[in-house]
Amino acid sequence: MLGLGKKDLTFLLIVLLLTLAAPILLNPFAEGSAMAQFNAGYPDLMQRIAIFAIFAVGFNILFGLTGYLSFGHAAFIGIGSYAMVWMLKLLTMNILPGLILATLMGGAFALLIGFVSLRRSGIYFSILTLAFAQMSFNMAYSVLTPITGGENGLGPALGDPRVLDAAAANGTIPEVNLFGLSMRATYELDLAGRVFQFNAGYYVCGLLSVFMFYLALRLFRSPFGMMLRAIKCNQHRLNYTGLHSRPYMLSAFVISGMYAGLAGGLMAAMDPLAGADRMQWQASGEVVLMVILGGVGTMLGPVLGAGFIKYCENIFSKINDHVLHEWFSIFPKWLENLLVTIVHPFVGQGWHLTLGVLFMLVVIFLPGGLIEGGQRIGRLIRRKPDAKGKAAATTPAE
Amino acid sequence: MGILEVKGVNKRFGGLRALSDVNLSVQQNTCHAIIGPNGAGKSTLLNCLVGKLIPDTGSVLFDGQSVLGRKPHEINQMGISRVFQTPEIFAELTVLENVLIPCFAKRDGAYRLHAFETVAAERDINAQAEQMLRDVKMWEKRDMHAGSLSRGDKRRLEMAMCLSQRPKLLLLDEPTAGMARADTNNTIDLLKEIKGRGDITMVIIEHDMHVVFSLADRITVLAQGTPLVEDTPDNIKGHPKVKEAYLGEAAH
Repeated sequence: MLGLGKKDLTFLLIVLLLTLAAPILLNPFAEGSAMAQFNAGYPDLMQRIAIFAIFAVGFNILFGLTGYLSFGHAAFIGIGSYAMVWMLKLLTMNILPGLILATLMGGAFALLIGFVSLRRSGIYFSILTLAFAQMSFNMAYSVLTPITGGENGLGPALGDPRVLDAAAANGTIPEVNLFGLSMRATYELDLAGRVFQFNAGYYVCGLLSVFMFYLALRLFRSPFGMMLRAIKCNQHRLNYTGLHSRPYMLSAFVISGMYAGLAGGLMAAMDPLAGADRMQWQASGEVVLMVILGGVGTMLGPVLGAGFIKYCENIFSKINDHVLHEWFSIFPKWLENLLVTIVHPFVGQGWHLTLGVLFMLVVIFLPGGLIEGGQRIGRLIRRKPDAKGKAAATTPAE
Repeated sequence: MGILEVKGVNKRFGGLRALSDVNLSVQQNTCHAIIGPNGAGKSTLLNCLVGKLIPDTGSVLFDGQSVLGRKPHEINQMGISRVFQTPEIFAELTVLENVLIPCFAKRDGAYRLHAFETVAAERDINAQAEQMLRDVKMWEKRDMHAGSLSRGDKRRLEMAMCLSQRPKLLLLDEPTAGMARADTNNTIDLLKEIKGRGDITMVIIEHDMHVVFSLADRITVLAQGTPLVEDTPDNIKGHPKVKEAYLGEAAH
């Protein structure tokens, strides 16, 4: 069904169910309890995880399959965001046209940048993409201010034409919506001391990310995906086998650019303000981290990586000294202060330190990312029943 | 006129004259061997045939069309496949995938965006690849990573990849180098069988005279970048000039 094998279909269904149930699953701790700050089931964070999952899955099509490491994919995020906001300003507050345009613009710019950058491989390719992204960032920040809003960013304003929408009745900017369903609309369910928030914006992001995940899954199983993996192995042989590697590379680059464009569009749809800093190289680097942390070239890895980094970013950065003192208050005062001093650099503003340490640990001990960690644990569990140790499973990473 | 016509080819690398005035005519559906001592220019000549090198002067015609200046994938699409001196395979892909790729290349051309088709659903291509792997007796190893094969198996896989495209011209650059005796004999049998089908032309570069004399219909002896003699295997065997080129008797 859906052009997938039975195993992949089950896999996809599980991903879909997890996505649908995320507002419940990510909210395991009761409201007001000490652990409540570890809950991730609030719309803003879930949206961000879903959006970055799209970005990372698309990036993985390029990096994971072909091995070409782009350091400029944030440019497509930025372009997608601007495209979205302009649609919100000019056409309608319905996000559909914006999402389509964001995807197309991401693809168009990827075609341009890819065409030039793919003339080189390895480190030179990475540098070229980085140069293009920084160029885009600087232009968006300065010369292109009339289009991008420059330092202030770009957002919908009251005086915008919005030709498809009826004139706003009460002099306020209408809400961002999808065929009338506001992205802010949230149904709150109060159950067993927990507040579950089912947010329309999250479900748009989540369902879109499942759909994009499905497309990527199809691509991984297609002859096209096989050619991309062949490029990573031996481009020389591929050329002597009668295949022209350049258009294959360019297609992969454009497809991943479209994923990034869509992600950028969604970002602007959830929070209708597009700023140039989305294009900065830190953002390009972040997606590389996500993919490597999760597992390069695997299907689920980038999603896990995106979720993991966005979760840590939100949770760790929220912990401040006050919270730390509360945690360690059971210890004598001097020990409490000592512990707070030790932990302090790793949380709050310093959560990047935690990320850095985790990233190093993963790269050194789990080169296959979190996915490999999961597989190792799975193997350990499976090995226990038969002590003979037939655990040399060779199934490729999923 | 032969299917492959090499006329007046010269190639220099700096001061070294790698090929000087090479003429070669390969008849359709024959096996033509090129032999010669190390440094005779055999590999250079082969590289000129597949577009890896462009000769300084001269022409290379395949099927009446010039191959000069064409990219490797274009030359392959014309019907020329090449086996390399060190096996070039897709090490991280499975054996089956290694053979599927050339099958796709043959059917779909140099590029096709088949991103939403499924490899498993392509029955014809899978059947073709299966047949090819059975022919080279590697079907049992289809799910292995190609990189983990023995050297002899890698060679056979590479050969299978080339043959699965049913090329008009197969270029073999020392196809049995580094193989055990048994593997060499298997390879000879395989090549003989393919030759027996009578629809393929082969150009083979080889050091192993056993292989050359088992397969070749004609032999060209290359020495110091020039063809010394071209004749049938029987005549080459006792040829004084050949002995001289190989053993250096009375040279210089």
